[in-house]
Amino acid sequence: MGQTLFDKLWDRHVVETDAAGESLLYVDRIAMHERTGSIAMQSLFQRRLPVRRPQHAYCVMDHTVDTRLGRSDSTQIPGGEAFILSARGFAGQLGVRLFDVNDEDQGISHLVSAEQGFAVPGIVLVCPDSHTCTLGALGALAFGVGASQVEHALATSCIRLSRPKVMRVTFEGSLGAWVTAKDMVLQLIAEHGASAAAGAVVEYAGSTVDALDVEARMTLCNMAVEYSASTALIAPDAKTLDYVAKRPDAPNPLPLDDWATLASDEDAKFDDEIHVDAATIRPRVTWGTSPEHGAPVSECIPDPVNSDQQRALDYMHLKPGADLTDITVDAAFIGSCTNARLSDLRAAADILRNRRVAPGVSAVCVPGSTAVKRAAEAEGLDQVFLRAGFEWRESGCSMCFYAGGETFGTGKRVITSTNRNFEGRQGPGVRSHLASPSVVAASAVRGAISTPDMLA
Amino acid sequence: MEPFIEHQGIAAPLSDGAALRANVDTDAIIPSREMRHVSKTSLAGGLFANWRYLSPNSRRPNPDFILNQTPFRDASILLAGENFGCGSSREQAVWALSEFGVRAIIAPSFGTIFARNCVANGLLTVSLETDFVRQIARLVLQDPLRHQPRVRLSAQTIEIGELVYAFETPQAERERLLKGLDHIESTLAIRHLIDDFERRYHARFAWVAIGR
Repeated sequence: MGQTLFDKLWDRHVVETDAAGESLLYVDRIAMHERTGSIAMQSLFQRRLPVRRPQHAYCVMDHTVDTRLGRSDSTQIPGGEAFILSARGFAGQLGVRLFDVNDEDQGISHLVSAEQGFAVPGIVLVCPDSHTCTLGALGALAFGVGASQVEHALATSCIRLSRPKVMRVTFEGSLGAWVTAKDMVLQLIAEHGASAAAGAVVEYAGSTVDALDVEARMTLCNMAVEYSASTALIAPDAKTLDYVAKRPDAPNPLPLDDWATLASDEDAKFDDEIHVDAATIRPRVTWGTSPEHGAPVSECIPDPVNSDQQRALDYMHLKPGADLTDITVDAAFIGSCTNARLSDLRAAADILRNRRVAPGVSAVCVPGSTAVKRAAEAEGLDQVFLRAGFEWRESGCSMCFYAGGETFGTGKRVITSTNRNFEGRQGPGVRSHLASPSVVAASAVRGAISTPDMLA
Repeated sequence: MEPFIEHQGIAAPLSDGAALRANVDTDAIIPSREMRHVSKTSLAGGLFANWRYLSPNSRRPNPDFILNQTPFRDASILLAGENFGCGSSREQAVWALSEFGVRAIIAPSFGTIFARNCVANGLLTVSLETDFVRQIARLVLQDPLRHQPRVRLSAQTIEIGELVYAFETPQAERERLLKGLDHIESTLAIRHLIDDFERRYHARFAWVAIGR
């Protein structure tokens, strides 16, 4: 019987499997950020253990950093600076590469891993952040882990893991107008629930996925954790090779013969399968406090079917039956490892060009990395955002989770290109509506949840 | 790490009316603003901060939240709906629960990374069908002091009054919890296997090593 892509990646990294069925899995690369990397490195240092392969680990500043222009180590939230200072100190002590606050390659770790060629097809990478699954878009087996597991990986170049199940999600068909990878994954979660993958590794496949560019594939993989996937994978193809080639940490020359084997065999069996007709997907937005609480922008808020949905509507101050496009917003955010790559900023700028955000709407754009910021500025996108009334900031996680204390304020309703609409995720009392960058931009302009074709 | 063999204690259901709360995420377990120190401790005060306190800037207890009520303020077992601990990988969620005194969580399912973090810290996650978790919650609410669940990992059972519920914990997880094994020490004890693997692996996949 044939093997899945996951089987191939797993098998080549298994050091041993014990009698209880748990494997010691070899880890090629470790990415960290200051909030958890600091604790893991500190703990390792206190144990007087070295990093086994320090040249294959790095730490970046993204989780607590200030994103306002002219930033320093200080943060808006008490204590944020301690994580920065600690991460910097321990990375130095342990010989781990550092992308510091104002490094030209600083950014959200998952963007930095891709931009540097630190994540490439065929490797196992871990990072103490749940959105590490983003990097599966490159054909890397990338696991989000806790601080203890990353400490274990630093000390041993391995993690302990029981072999997860494998699920394939196949999207077939062409995407309609203004429909993006974000809408694909939001629809999947709404239809199958926030625990749909139940710990499985998800392989995305099908003609729709083939047609996505690599950055859009990262968005699709990024939100796999929002339906309980262990991680996500997409088999590398010519687009992947093109993306990876010549990046600083990428192999040179590329191991094309090896990477050509990194695909599921025709007769591979999956533990579970989901098929999605991509042509039916419309631009979407969430209305509740779980990524599964969502609908097409053109629809109305559904009647709650359980107490969790009722609770969500109460928190969001929304009533069933109201048109989603009647919901006015106080703020708009474009940022995060989900949707703040160059293609995302271009998509938003296409809507914002020669338009302005509605009166009273606060709008902020935080590029996902300093490299993205630089590239966007080189093509004048910063000016498009600024003229439209957006703030244009330095890179970091920022308002995705009240990082560094950055928020629009209690009770504010935010249309956001991020990944989680949990209660209080973007700051105490903030009401978050998840959507694609195009829908965020259009909603900022109209002052209410909108698709771009609703704009004059 | 403290072994988990068995534990009996007061259980607190996280619920809205009769329904157990689903998708309790790690941001709810501990909001990012409550992680103020480069430390695995001093986190219990931030546990469930958004629900437990009347406002984000105060520590005035919200009397409606179960962990502020007697006897649940002394709970060491939590009962919840499906997908408990979904979201962020922050291990602070587990450290905060442990520091508060929670030893076991019973729910239909758990966030994947959260469940792994629990094992690393000697906290037991028990997956049980929704109906059974609801039954336990009902019994607990009738008389929380008399109906204290007894969670036995060795037997993989929960006993409450006359009732016994069976659960399954994967063998590897079970052994690790029962013995209270330190993950890093136990792996370093077999580091020769990693050395051997690494030689073979890098001979076959020389391109993996970063050259710069």
